[in-house]
Amino acid sequence: MLRFLVRRVLQAIPTLLILSILVFAWLRSLPGGPAAALLGDKATPEKIASLNHVLGLDQPIILQYFKFLGRAVTGDFGNSLVSAQPVMSEIGTFLPATIELGVSAMLIAIILGVPFGYLAARYRGGAVDNVIIVLTLIGVAVPVFFLGYTMQDLLSVPLGLPSQGRQAPGIDATSITNFAILDGIMTSEWDAVWDAIKHLVLPAFALATIPLAVITRITRASVLEVFNEDFIRTANSKGLTQQVVRQRHVLRNALLPVVTTIGLQTGALLGGAVLTERVFNFRGLGFLLAEGIERRDYPRLQALLLFGALVYVLVNMLVDVSYGIIDPRVRVR
Amino acid sequence: MQLLRLTRTRRAALIGLAGALAVSLTGCAQSQRDEAGGGGTGGTMVFGDTGNPKMFDPVFNDDGETFRITRQMLDTLIQNKPGTAELEPSLATKWEPSNDSKTWTFTLKSGVKFSDGTPFDAAAVCYNFNRWFNMKGAAAQSQMIYYGDVFEGFAKNEGDAGGDPVYKSCDAPNAGTAVLNLNKAKGAFPAAFTLPSFAMQSPTALKQFNADQVTQSGDSFSYSDYAYKHVTGTGPFKFEGWDQGKGEITLVRNDTSAEPAKLDKLVFKVIPDENARKQALKAGDIQGYDFPAPADYGLLRNEGEQVLIRPSFNVLYLGINQAGNPKLKDVRVRQALAYGINRDQFVKSKLAEGSEVATEFVPKAVEGYTDDVTKYPFDQAKAKQLLADAGASNLTLKFYYPTEVTRPYMPNPADTFTAISEDLKAIGITIQPVAEPWNGGYKDDVQKFHKQDIHLLGWTGDYNDAGNFVGTFFGREKPEFGFNNPQLFSALSAADAAPAGDQHAKAYQAANKQIMDFLPAIPIAYPTPAIVVGPKIKGVVASPLTDERFNNVTLG
Repeated sequence: MLRFLVRRVLQAIPTLLILSILVFAWLRSLPGGPAAALLGDKATPEKIASLNHVLGLDQPIILQYFKFLGRAVTGDFGNSLVSAQPVMSEIGTFLPATIELGVSAMLIAIILGVPFGYLAARYRGGAVDNVIIVLTLIGVAVPVFFLGYTMQDLLSVPLGLPSQGRQAPGIDATSITNFAILDGIMTSEWDAVWDAIKHLVLPAFALATIPLAVITRITRASVLEVFNEDFIRTANSKGLTQQVVRQRHVLRNALLPVVTTIGLQTGALLGGAVLTERVFNFRGLGFLLAEGIERRDYPRLQALLLFGALVYVLVNMLVDVSYGIIDPRVRVR
Repeated sequence: MQLLRLTRTRRAALIGLAGALAVSLTGCAQSQRDEAGGGGTGGTMVFGDTGNPKMFDPVFNDDGETFRITRQMLDTLIQNKPGTAELEPSLATKWEPSNDSKTWTFTLKSGVKFSDGTPFDAAAVCYNFNRWFNMKGAAAQSQMIYYGDVFEGFAKNEGDAGGDPVYKSCDAPNAGTAVLNLNKAKGAFPAAFTLPSFAMQSPTALKQFNADQVTQSGDSFSYSDYAYKHVTGTGPFKFEGWDQGKGEITLVRNDTSAEPAKLDKLVFKVIPDENARKQALKAGDIQGYDFPAPADYGLLRNEGEQVLIRPSFNVLYLGINQAGNPKLKDVRVRQALAYGINRDQFVKSKLAEGSEVATEFVPKAVEGYTDDVTKYPFDQAKAKQLLADAGASNLTLKFYYPTEVTRPYMPNPADTFTAISEDLKAIGITIQPVAEPWNGGYKDDVQKFHKQDIHLLGWTGDYNDAGNFVGTFFGREKPEFGFNNPQLFSALSAADAAPAGDQHAKAYQAANKQIMDFLPAIPIAYPTPAIVVGPKIKGVVASPLTDERFNNVTLG
């Protein structure tokens, strides 16, 4: 197992290196640049050229890359051009918000998606099935930002739900971990917990839409497939009640592909979080990334994109390792 | 005392535009100022800001988001009168230039202290000026955007910060008098002393927290703790905290200030999305925000909010690149473009209330504006005739316009492009549209690579000086406009060096006349951005320079 793990880690290093080259080259191929971003709207071409020289951005790109790499391996990704803060500390500050939002969205998607999918399969072809299929189609098709703005306009004021931010300005909550709900529980500041939950509702539902639709459809398809399996027929023929068959055999077996889908959708959440966090001013990594793109904040973008890549690589490694645990034959491949 | 003198025209314009709006909308600012001083009425105001500040040492900043906050904490020697671009005393009660404008004597307000208890006196003024002049390191100097522009150099120019410094020395003959000696006259003074970058900061705090320590970190810069946590001034508020995660900057009343705020606390909440700012105001999370969309003015007012229109301090123009198309070198063709655009209709139908057609490149509120310039009223027949006379009836122009941006002078670039291009098509010009993202190459392509024939751009003024507008555009040969007119360049250079006051204003008025005859570009409009506050907020006076101070704000 240890050799398997070491091999996977060693495989991850070149992946990250290649990604770092791609990210670095991509950012530098974009028009505009850090100097223009630093100098603001009134920057003249001469001033931009001058600052490019000060920053070493007029040096050969390979030299720039190796300098960047040298700093990056020590964890120094420089300071954000927007906030002038070290980008690593920004990631530390903003990551909890994204985790909070992502976990909430995924919980909503699972709690609603699995039963919906099951119901659709059970009443296949009926009204319930049709309604659920139409809703999932809408869920996948409607862009997150459109849904977000619509929810803000239609639901925020009538339901008394905050439309932006993570906490109301009046809430002076103690910050320990930067996880708003967790901090509130740890300090018994229940007002702050309730406030944080209210702030999560609209963005979490907006972000949950796509995974909810996908999980619903996968659950439906999977349950239908299991219904037709031989062992279900065997179970039925043994005289088991329908309830027992559904709970013990159908749902349990149908959930395997659903779990895989949940894993994939968790990875995809980061993409959705960029738009959702922007629309709801929910200050997480997606918010940072969107602001970084708008302002051509290269140090921030470099760090965030590589951080995202690292998360993907780690998640893949975890999946591989778990496969290795479940099926030892994978390890020797 | 050398106060800014106003021409009759300008005074009328200011009274008509700024005064009426500011005073009628917000109550009498002066009386509220008189009421200030000590007894605050308390409470917290949360204001929605459009973007993150960078940090709070204003000499390393040039962005409005940062200045919005530093203006509440730090005072300048001279300030803008609320609601106008006129100058009025602040930390200096008087300022007087020598005959050659190379020496400026400031009489300072007495009994003022910084929020850390350090006395504000002539030594503190000289400390600040010397600090800027002697700033070391390419990283530090390259970040002092306004200082570099106005003072043109440092004691030791490092990196690419070249130039001959305007600043020579500062004397403090007594605690109440600071004397600034310059190597040459500079037309930007005294207005440039109002720039937030040149605000006075506590020498004690600057030294204690190593404020001058600016270092390069890869592609970016890092600043000392002073810039983030310890900025210390004489203003009505003082710094309390910056919560990066929540995007909130909290200031509290500075009771040591000569004019402490009435509010207990002022919180700036960063909400980049305009719709989210509007929602936050409706939900009561914030009590005001910057730059509402013109389309929302009516809706906001219907809901009881106060939409305060800022007197215009910007200009939208149609740039012309004479090097891009030989036909554009012919002034008749440029005149045809000017006559061909229905600017009246554009301003009425596409811009916010209060916006006006621009007749030159400086707004009416700026010293140096003159009504006595050649004007180009909408006249399609004349435009067609001019094109025919110049042999350019079948003119084709590459028209560049930006996307993914709104600027105070250009709330909707696509709308602006459509309106102008339709007008130009109507006089027989073929338009080749080129849309580019603002941060994705637009500015480079029009200002550096001069790929366009015509383009949309504009400018928001930094301080009340015509040179900040026309000098920036037409003071020298630039790829954006592709012309070389030594006569115009020298007129603008002479105006910049003319001693402050009438002589300076007249020099710019003469230059403005030349510009509108030569017509290197076409001024389109003076748009008016706005600020919105809740129904109970009192004491906010909309400023043409976005210089709204919240010291007199009460929550009603």
